Amino acid sequence: MKRFIEGSYAVAEIIKLCRPGVIAAYPITPQTHIVEALAAMVANGELKAEFINVESEHSAASVILGASATGVRAFSATSSQGLLLMLEVIFNIAGMRLPLVITCANRSVSAPINIWNDHQDSVTIRDSGFIQFYAETNQEACDLHIQAYRLSEDPNILLPAMVCMDGYLLTHAAEVVDIPEEECVARFLPPYKPVFKLDPDEPITMGVLAGPEHYMETRFAIHETLTKDVLQLIPNVVDEFEKVFGRRSGGLIEGYRIEDAKEVIVAKGSVVGTIKEVVDEMRGEGKKVGVLKIITYRPFPGEAVYNSLKGIERIGVLEKSISLGSGGPLYTDLKSVFQGRKSSSKVSGFIAGLGGRDITKESIREVFARLSGEQVDSQFIDLKV
Amino acid sequence: MGKPLFYPGHTACAGCGQAIGARLVIEAAGKNTIVSNATGCLEVFSTRYPETAWGVPWIHSLFENASAVASGIEAALRYLGKKKEVNVIAQGGDGATADIGLQSLSGMLERGHDILYVCYDNEAYMNTGVQRSGLTPVYSHTTTSPYGKISKGNIRPKKDMVGIALAHGIPYVATASVGFPRDVEKKVKKALSIEGPKYIQIFVPCPLGWRHEPMLTYKMAVLAVETGLYPLVEYEDGKLTQVKKIRGCKPVEEYLKLQGRYRHLFGSEDYKSDLMKIQEIADRNIEKFGLRMFQDKK
Repeated sequence: MKRFIEGSYAVAEIIKLCRPGVIAAYPITPQTHIVEALAAMVANGELKAEFINVESEHSAASVILGASATGVRAFSATSSQGLLLMLEVIFNIAGMRLPLVITCANRSVSAPINIWNDHQDSVTIRDSGFIQFYAETNQEACDLHIQAYRLSEDPNILLPAMVCMDGYLLTHAAEVVDIPEEECVARFLPPYKPVFKLDPDEPITMGVLAGPEHYMETRFAIHETLTKDVLQLIPNVVDEFEKVFGRRSGGLIEGYRIEDAKEVIVAKGSVVGTIKEVVDEMRGEGKKVGVLKIITYRPFPGEAVYNSLKGIERIGVLEKSISLGSGGPLYTDLKSVFQGRKSSSKVSGFIAGLGGRDITKESIREVFARLSGEQVDSQFIDLKV
Repeated sequence: MGKPLFYPGHTACAGCGQAIGARLVIEAAGKNTIVSNATGCLEVFSTRYPETAWGVPWIHSLFENASAVASGIEAALRYLGKKKEVNVIAQGGDGATADIGLQSLSGMLERGHDILYVCYDNEAYMNTGVQRSGLTPVYSHTTTSPYGKISKGNIRPKKDMVGIALAHGIPYVATASVGFPRDVEKKVKKALSIEGPKYIQIFVPCPLGWRHEPMLTYKMAVLAVETGLYPLVEYEDGKLTQVKKIRGCKPVEEYLKLQGRYRHLFGSEDYKSDLMKIQEIADRNIEKFGLRMFQDKK
């Protein structure tokens, strides 16, 4: 049913439809509306789940780790410092191959303390083994959560997933979202059937010590699952999602007017919507421009990215995060895709929108303008200097 | 007897008090138990892949989150409608309990989860090589509270974890010692018969860290109690309901002199006053908890 609804509440409705048995969360802006709404659903008996009010995000992640290990579908949401406090547990959940879903309402990282949007928080956990999606719209955020559970719990995957949605820009923005029927979600996402779980009838030991003779194989296995199985499964999940829900949503990447483009911006998250508008305007002005949206950031869909961008003369990566002292993390990924390939596209990197600075249409036009100049690394856009 | 729930063949040191404690706890709890274990000696020596000593479902995540992981397990069992059939135990050493894991333990106790927390207290970070913890006793030598020309070892008394646990208003708090194995079993069984959060702190000597002969583990665990330094107490609903009475309280010197971690005291000029300070701790415990078996014969 189509509803005009705030992003956070829409996600909460979707999580309810995904039927987690355990939810644990700690308050942090701008994530809080999601779990407030879920708490109300549990309090009203609309959602049969254990809602655990923990004393920190470290414990929020640990509670859902324990719940998932006991064979129950689990959920949490966080932002910024909260995700950084979870960091140790985030790596642990992935290392233990425990399926679950966490929403990251993207927010900058302190210091200086700043509650507004950028991608620094979730980008920081890109090496953890989590599958990571970025949503452009609230509809996509909703759909990605359903797909995230499905992927995460697949017996061949068994890895946690994070759905990233821009804090405020999506979480607090009301727009029309198609909230699917309960029956459709139940069909697409059957009850969780754990492969391994803590059960006195079949006792197993989880979280063992692995010495130098075994540790590396566990990391190799996660990398293989991500780069082979997950990348292969995502397009199938999208197809199946379309069959059940009647719309295409999610996936690895999405190209917009890139087929004959000479200049393309690569970005992730809600800023892609603004870029699409600018692309339409500039196309009207006769300029061959386009945008490539990265939906799945981890595992990084290098082949899909290369195949859609090869032959394009100038590529600009626009991102809301930076590896201080090096450059944009997405830019680094993009550059590596073109390393040693036939296509000799010129790839430039741009940093914008940190700490909630508005990325306007003019900002996007500035990026396209700079693309026609020299190749640049990690140039800041809209910097006041 | 069925299959063991804590198998032999693990890699604990000879005379490890924690290995004895862990076995007593799980055998008393029985097979319908899920254990969430903090990082530490017990985790390392019992689960080096591809082997495990555990005959019950057991999970280790991190150093400071055993209580939070257990909270998730308990919540999942409640969701599945299985909580009544299955015990949940969270456990860790003194560092995992009183220092790094104190916040998550407090959260678990405060939220009222039906979980037994067991602290194996060997009075220092033994897994990393004998560093001082919040439960290291006064004047004890550790690698980070060493004695030296101007130091007598650790300067602070043990953190009052029993008091901290009690402050959460939980239904059961107790101390135990592997020197009194039947008492450990009795307390674990009693704790598990009570719904809600429970805390038991078990005294587990560490021959390596304390530098005593491995064969003396049992003796150490008895002497600490018989000197009054480690009173065995039991609180139900916040009230002291049971103490282990001592027959003829032994002087602390008998306990201290067998351990390398106190050796520096014995050669020092202030030997008598230092020992007196430790004796005063024991005397205060004896007074506070009424530990003497025969009050009239001092």
